Amino acid sequence: MSFVPHDQADRQHMLETIGIQDEEELFATIPQNLRLTQRLKIPGPLDEENIRRIPQGQFSHVCFAGGGIYRHHIPAMVDALANRQEFYTSYTPYQPEISQGVLQSIFEFQSMMAALTGMYVSNASLYDGATALAEAALMAIRAKQIKRVLVTRATNPRFRSVLKTYLDNTGVKLQEIPFDMASGQVERFSLERLNGEDAALFVQNPNFFGILEPMDCIAKFARQSAFWGIVVSEAVSLGLLKRPGDYGPDCVVGEAQSFGNPPNAGGPLLGFMCTTKEHLRRMPGRVVGLTKDSRGRQAFCLTLATREQHIRREKATSNICTNEGLCAIRAALYLAAMGPRGLRAVATQCVAGAHQILQLIQQVGRQPVFKGPFFHEFVVQLDADKRKALEDDGIIPGVPIEYYYPEIKNGLLVAVTEMNTREDWKCLLENL
Amino acid sequence: MPARESIDHSLEILEPLLITHSRPGRNKHILPDPFKPCVPDELLPFMNPEEVRLPDVAEVETVRHFTRLARMNFGVDQGMYPLGSCTMKYNPKICENIAERIRNIHSSDKHPMHMVLRALAALQRYLEEICGMDACCLWPAAGAHGELTGMLVVKKAFQTRGEDRSVVLIPDTAHGTNPASCAIAGFTTRNIPSGPRGFLEAATVKAHLDKDVAALMITNPNTLGIFEQEIHEIAELLHANGSYLYMDGANLNAILGISRPGDMGVDCLHVNLHKTFGTPHGGGGPGGGPVLVQSELERFLPIPRIVHVPRELFTLSYSFPDSIGMVQSTLGNVSVLLKAIVYIIRLGPKGLLEASRTAVLNANYLKARLKDHFDLPYATPTLHEFVLTDKRQKEQGISTMDMAKALMDFGFHPPTVYFPLVVSGAMMIEPTETEPLSELDRFADAMLTIAEEAAQYPQALHDKPELTPVTRVDEVYAARSLCLTWDMLESKDDGAVSK
Amino acid sequence: MSIPDDLKFTKDHEWGRIEGSHLRVGITDYAQSELGDVVFVELKSIGTKLKAGESFGTVESVKAVSDLYAPAGGTIVEVNQELEQAPELVNQDCYGAAWMIVLEMDDVSETDKLMDAVAYEQFVASEAR
Repeated sequence: MSFVPHDQADRQHMLETIGIQDEEELFATIPQNLRLTQRLKIPGPLDEENIRRIPQGQFSHVCFAGGGIYRHHIPAMVDALANRQEFYTSYTPYQPEISQGVLQSIFEFQSMMAALTGMYVSNASLYDGATALAEAALMAIRAKQIKRVLVTRATNPRFRSVLKTYLDNTGVKLQEIPFDMASGQVERFSLERLNGEDAALFVQNPNFFGILEPMDCIAKFARQSAFWGIVVSEAVSLGLLKRPGDYGPDCVVGEAQSFGNPPNAGGPLLGFMCTTKEHLRRMPGRVVGLTKDSRGRQAFCLTLATREQHIRREKATSNICTNEGLCAIRAALYLAAMGPRGLRAVATQCVAGAHQILQLIQQVGRQPVFKGPFFHEFVVQLDADKRKALEDDGIIPGVPIEYYYPEIKNGLLVAVTEMNTREDWKCLLENL
Repeated sequence: MPARESIDHSLEILEPLLITHSRPGRNKHILPDPFKPCVPDELLPFMNPEEVRLPDVAEVETVRHFTRLARMNFGVDQGMYPLGSCTMKYNPKICENIAERIRNIHSSDKHPMHMVLRALAALQRYLEEICGMDACCLWPAAGAHGELTGMLVVKKAFQTRGEDRSVVLIPDTAHGTNPASCAIAGFTTRNIPSGPRGFLEAATVKAHLDKDVAALMITNPNTLGIFEQEIHEIAELLHANGSYLYMDGANLNAILGISRPGDMGVDCLHVNLHKTFGTPHGGGGPGGGPVLVQSELERFLPIPRIVHVPRELFTLSYSFPDSIGMVQSTLGNVSVLLKAIVYIIRLGPKGLLEASRTAVLNANYLKARLKDHFDLPYATPTLHEFVLTDKRQKEQGISTMDMAKALMDFGFHPPTVYFPLVVSGAMMIEPTETEPLSELDRFADAMLTIAEEAAQYPQALHDKPELTPVTRVDEVYAARSLCLTWDMLESKDDGAVSK
Repeated sequence: MSIPDDLKFTKDHEWGRIEGSHLRVGITDYAQSELGDVVFVELKSIGTKLKAGESFGTVESVKAVSDLYAPAGGTIVEVNQELEQAPELVNQDCYGAAWMIVLEMDDVSETDKLMDAVAYEQFVASEAR
């Protein structure tokens, strides 16, 4: 019933080699009072067909949900290659001589992420965008002994929530910078009063509402703070927008699920961190470097390991060990499959679609909540009953955001990607 | 004056970097284009005027590139992977199959999410039963993330009690993640020695207890493969002192259905789904590190929590005011969680018990075959893994690293090496339950051959491995010449780094 | 293993060369051989005030990292920038080119507490046992 390959004769032979009569003797070191005397109360064993018969939910085909997790086209070759056993059944590549596949793939991931963000270096991945932001804040604390972390309130609320959890025991204060209710961009007045010498500042762009922040202006003020970072929650935006690194931040962190990883009911996701040469040795997580083997051939291995927990223990740059390796390999495969024009074309489809659909929505009398320029998401108001009725019909019109932003009554964040067909938007418009 | 080493461009290249295949126009992938591709004028100032720098490569070349790379990598489906404390067991294919079902579900898609949450609620119950704990949170994305979550829960419990306890005791056999996780949670750590028999003694714990001690983090069985025989007394000492017992569940694969952390007196633990519950490791993740607690600590668990409204749906609730808050963007690595559920119900209670019993049998069989030829630092009986050292081979100048590298030429992944830190030159071997007798024998024979070679022709072992895609990799060169992206490789072309 | 006669030594395997009120500091031959190939040296900056036994930086090999401790109290007046570019100097010339910092000592008599070459040689022999 399990995946144990032995028969009774094998077991007998093994017991004889060990020199015992009964398998029970192997467990003699477990005190009797700590032994479980009854069978575990869990179901099974089930055969594969019975497992397959367990009911599953049908996903809604008409889906305009985003908010940090996006549906994008994934080229078939991504699955074909990522599902190879050499990638998905291997361990962390600690033994480089038999791990060149994972190592070089991650090196290529790092290279492409650094190129797309315009930063010096990328790590090999973090859990998700939220923990990547939290790790960036911890890095800022190590780098500059800051007293405050400032984050724009239009940064993904889930990211801010995790950031708060991570900062709770550091003695560093978390403050939010409000957004302007008209434009959806960061409130300029608050930005001008930052006084960030003792603070790290983080800005998400495009922000949670899909709005493009005035990055040139933000960068001007951000440079006065001790440390600043740009948060990217929709990695596809890197295919079209100015590179975040060009604004001169200390780090660019975020979520790269959009690169070849399906929504998967919430995860796994793909956190990333890119940073400058100055902060390289403070960067959390693994990193792959190029080197040579004993015969002078190009090879790859994990490097800068002395930053990590297995060597520096309580003084490590992070506690992270297992990361999201396979998701990073998927991202490398995706970016390779898309190429420079492909990624730009996808981003263009997203932007064009969102603007065209909003125009049609405006024609049926609904106005967007914010007037600022936007990427591929926008906020409208739709009352909860109407939304639920749509959801019951298998149409997900967007992600409700009133829970996070009570001031936006019935706020609905609508995301458009290249996966939304012509039928989808007809369907949405007819039912709004 | 010696210059910093720079990348040597005369290196022979086995598989060129993808960027070297790049020529403008080679990528001809066709994309879905439901919309007229025009960008509104107001966005032009935000756009990158240049094309992004990605390789422009034909599909067939990309596929072959990554196929060739894959063939330079070792996986569990290929052979034994006896990494101690990593539990590299066979990853059942049915788990992958079922996990594919949730691929297209967005986490805001309420109706199918109800079914997903129902399954996740079941996984919580199964893990609670297997571990003998009262409550479970599935969201931590890996073991270290689970440790951090657990220690934040402990921190919050003290804050709620109005106590400011700052110290966590950690035995010297612990994983490096333990102290690192404690540091982020705002604790300082105090290292305590394990006893001469390879387990932590209650007397040692007692000597280190004071009112500043918040918790002890223990791995059971520990990283020597030895069951912490005094764990129950240790738990009682801690509890009498108002402290908690945290267990690192990395080695749970030894005791499924045999002994439960909850019954040992553990207050909080994490389990590693990618070790114990058969989910693949993915070349370094995604993993799964659910956290389990006793009822006293339940209210501090991360939000959201899965709640079941009777006769209605499974939903998520954020209304837990004492919670430490969120630890991950959404629901953790959901597809990994799903694979773990399938693993558990595929095996059932009898299968899980058989798995653990066999994991212990396999490890003891290997130990029996090897113990006369290698130094065995502890005589105490071991469970699912054991530690050997290079003490005997050192006399011929052969180190654990040499032997690990030599194993690759026999078609094995090496064991965990140089860990735990308490043992000099450690080789930590965990075969897991899914290795057939023939493979165990092949491994033991390989180890004996290496021991023989170390005694007879030690010089040859320094040059191992020879049959792998690349020979011994120079980690010093990697660290001194630091080349971490394509761009750094290119910028080194002009020799700018040499002074 | 080389242990120059004209130097003072700490139990953490730093050496110090007294140059008037200054102390030139590095790590010993024993320390570099225990560490293995040094890949990175990080030193605190000029002007940093240190007490005896306080860390003035770290030295890293591929698999280990060690703190560096000031043999005596004082202020850092010179830092060997060369080591940032060429950490392998620590393995090649630990008593010469791989000096790490120069301290302006607060109290020169603090060096009396350090070991001389004979005492250090005995100390290393006892450590190795």
